[in-house]
Amino acid sequence: MARSFNIRRQTGFTAIAMTCFVLLYMPIILLVVYSFNSGTSIAIWEGFSWRWYQSAWQNEQVQAATVRSLVIALWASAIATTVAVLAALATTRTRKFKGQSAVFAMINQPLMVPEIVTAVALLIFFAMIKVATGYTGLLYLIIAHSAFCIPFAYLPIRARLQGMDLNLEQAAADLYATPFQVFRRITLPQLWPGILAGAMLAFVISLDDVVITEFVKSAGQDTLPTYMLGQLRRVVTPEINAISTVLLGISVTFVIIFTVLGKIKK
Amino acid sequence: MSIAISARKLRKVYAGQPPVVALAEASIEIKDNEFFTLLGPSGCGKTTLLRLIAGFEHPTSGDLEMHGSSVVDLPPHKRPINTVFQNYALFPHMTVAQNIGFGLEMLGKPKAEIKSTVDEMLELVKMTEMADRQTAQISGGQQQRVALARALAPKPKVLLLDEPLSALDFKLRKEMQLELKRLQTETGITFIFVTHDQEEALTMSDRIAVMSAGTIRQIGGPRDIYDHPAERFVADFIGDTNFLPAEVVTFEGETAQVRLASGKTIVARTPEGEAVQGKVTLAVRPEHATIGAEDAGLLSGTLGEVVYFGTDTHYHVSLNDGTGFVVRQQNRPDHDNDVASGDRVGIAFPPDVGQVLKD
Amino acid sequence: MTDLATPQERRAARNRWLLLAPALTILIIAASGPLLITLVYSFLSAGDYGGVEWQFSWSAWFNVFMERDIFDDTLGFSDAHLSIFWRSVKLSLMTTLLCLFFGFPTAYFIATRPKKQRDLWMLLIIIPFWTNLLIRTFAVVELIRNEGTVNTLLIWTGIIDEPIQMLFTEFSILVGMVYVYLPLMVLPLYASMERLDFSLVEAGYDLYATRIKVLRRVILPLVKPGVIAGSILVFVPSLGAYVTPRVMGGGNQLMIGNLIELQFGQGRNWPLGAALSITLLAIVMIALLAYVRTAGEEDTRHG
Repeated sequence: MARSFNIRRQTGFTAIAMTCFVLLYMPIILLVVYSFNSGTSIAIWEGFSWRWYQSAWQNEQVQAATVRSLVIALWASAIATTVAVLAALATTRTRKFKGQSAVFAMINQPLMVPEIVTAVALLIFFAMIKVATGYTGLLYLIIAHSAFCIPFAYLPIRARLQGMDLNLEQAAADLYATPFQVFRRITLPQLWPGILAGAMLAFVISLDDVVITEFVKSAGQDTLPTYMLGQLRRVVTPEINAISTVLLGISVTFVIIFTVLGKIKK
Repeated sequence: MSIAISARKLRKVYAGQPPVVALAEASIEIKDNEFFTLLGPSGCGKTTLLRLIAGFEHPTSGDLEMHGSSVVDLPPHKRPINTVFQNYALFPHMTVAQNIGFGLEMLGKPKAEIKSTVDEMLELVKMTEMADRQTAQISGGQQQRVALARALAPKPKVLLLDEPLSALDFKLRKEMQLELKRLQTETGITFIFVTHDQEEALTMSDRIAVMSAGTIRQIGGPRDIYDHPAERFVADFIGDTNFLPAEVVTFEGETAQVRLASGKTIVARTPEGEAVQGKVTLAVRPEHATIGAEDAGLLSGTLGEVVYFGTDTHYHVSLNDGTGFVVRQQNRPDHDNDVASGDRVGIAFPPDVGQVLKD
Repeated sequence: MTDLATPQERRAARNRWLLLAPALTILIIAASGPLLITLVYSFLSAGDYGGVEWQFSWSAWFNVFMERDIFDDTLGFSDAHLSIFWRSVKLSLMTTLLCLFFGFPTAYFIATRPKKQRDLWMLLIIIPFWTNLLIRTFAVVELIRNEGTVNTLLIWTGIIDEPIQMLFTEFSILVGMVYVYLPLMVLPLYASMERLDFSLVEAGYDLYATRIKVLRRVILPLVKPGVIAGSILVFVPSLGAYVTPRVMGGGNQLMIGNLIELQFGQGRNWPLGAALSITLLAIVMIALLAYVRTAGEEDTRHG
């Protein structure tokens, strides 16, 4: 008997898709697997061990870079999320206002301008300030990270706000809630999945950044990714795999939580 | 009875290219304890007027008074007016009881009072068992009741209802119509009800304001509006109407002698406080006319389609001058109009059922 | 319009700008402002040890495409720069095409799964998307380097004796970029395919179209906005890529991003670096504008 005709099928598409998934995950899986290699090779398996995690854990440079990465990511995501909430409140659910496109262009600039261009621009600008003030601390990195995290925090918050029923706030005002009470009791409780999602995205984006950090950092301010970039020039041991695996784990966890947050009923 | 809400030359224009006139000019007085309906097609400005009263919008010009003092500059949370929203706008992150208690909480009422009022309201709308449910877990009709209870809980002077029944199915809608009327009588609160459904307006209201294109066309009781529409829009929008060309012979204050196209004259009502003369349009409801022998009627013509509706039958007549006319007659087992399509027929209606329209 | 504004609307406008102020301040300090300064820098003279002399000069812009021969002082096109530009454009286009080749069937595959499975398949695409770009690049490096998995496997099976040099070539950059930017292609493609009305496909078959004709004449035109969006989303970051060519190209195979970096490092020609940055930005903006315009046309046609 002839197979029934499936209108959705296209010859070869499933095969290519499967190849695609395999190619997408094979390198990552190998990377993770070899982080547990007991030998020094990243291609020849010699047995299971935690040695590279231990050696990464005891590596003082890695420790310092990890702390720095976390400090920057926490500050940057906190700052970016806070200002993004305010900006989203200002730009959502209002009629078109004067300067609207300019505001959107500015908020989305970090998404549109190639990272290398922003990195170079920040290098130039911060070099001027460093010369003028003599300050070379972490603040430059925190501000730079905050800026490029803003659109990532802003978009989910704005999407959540747009999906919210304007009537709810009017209903609260109608029931004698002052504007501040409306925000605290109605807007904020409904907005929090968006805020959390935005904060998490911002955190991951900041944690993963290489290019801008590489150009903005002063001497001795390596974050985990720039430390790794530096290490790639040398002979690579599975220690890098171990660090990568940990970072990978953080990203995957966050993405899954983020996806779940998006599913929370509006 | 005193005036609860009084709008004077209220006007709302939205900025834009070109500006949108949502409400051209509305002057209206709504009495205490009244079930008042704003009726009109979508875009007629009825919702804008409601939102101006609620305080969600600020008028471009005009004044709005509540019990004699202006409320134009009061934000919504300072007006003793509550709203039942079209989609109910129940807070999804609160339970039924929390929703109902919200207004009282915002007013800073003591906990015990909130509790007792919430219980009272739950009972009023027959939702006592549902108090701790999440609002997403209850049916549309139940949400409707919660929205009502929430708006009634703070005991407002005026309750605004923005097409609250439009999301319900037919049977539930009928039930809620009666329920709303009962609640209004029980609580003695002024209800201002917005709808585009003429039947809903006619069954529930004490008075109706018919609106179109941002203006109020006619205000009156349901009978007034139906039997004596002041102008063509009102006659057309509410119920079915036949429009006949006619000429005023003599104007007699509340009535006039008018001559029909057939040459026969009849007495018809005229719009309140308006003199009429010359060529006018006469409105006649289909159920007020009867069909009979050609020479027995006021008008004659050829019978076209005859459509059977169960309770009644519609006779579509093409008059001699080409105007269409519909007669609606109730069907009775003992009585049958023995006419068929193509017959010459006459149409009759008693004096006073015709209404001369404003132009 | 202003005369129609009520006091409420004026207050709302003031509040709006107060709420926007913190975000805009940060963005001006660390995004728009520095970009303007970069533009200014591109018109200054280079300092001897990096930095700039505050003196107007066209030379940076001149040097973007041209160079003065150090021997006979004649003018000519800068072969080094042009070949880097050409490589960037070529590799970006190839990356886009390869991503389309792999991404289109993948997006189609996901879009034709039962509704409940789709989110799960998409999660498989989204996870790499949000994973550190450096780590993903590095994962590919481990795979194709001389002592990496592929070569080890080939030698072990006896197919080759000597490892094949794959890393530090244009090929490795291409592989790396396709790998890291593939999710960017699948996301918009899937978005437009998910909305695809399969009754249109049925209508196609009903009117005697074959599978390939249905694909070409029905499906492809309907998902064209997704194809364009995906292509732009891949092309733009490919053109400005820095990490992948640096890691995969090993300093021999430069792309524009690396050329820019060079001016701030060994090259010590900040104005030239600034001018190159602005050039890259301009190319990207032209691509984005072209996209916005086609997307706009699509909207009006379907709207």
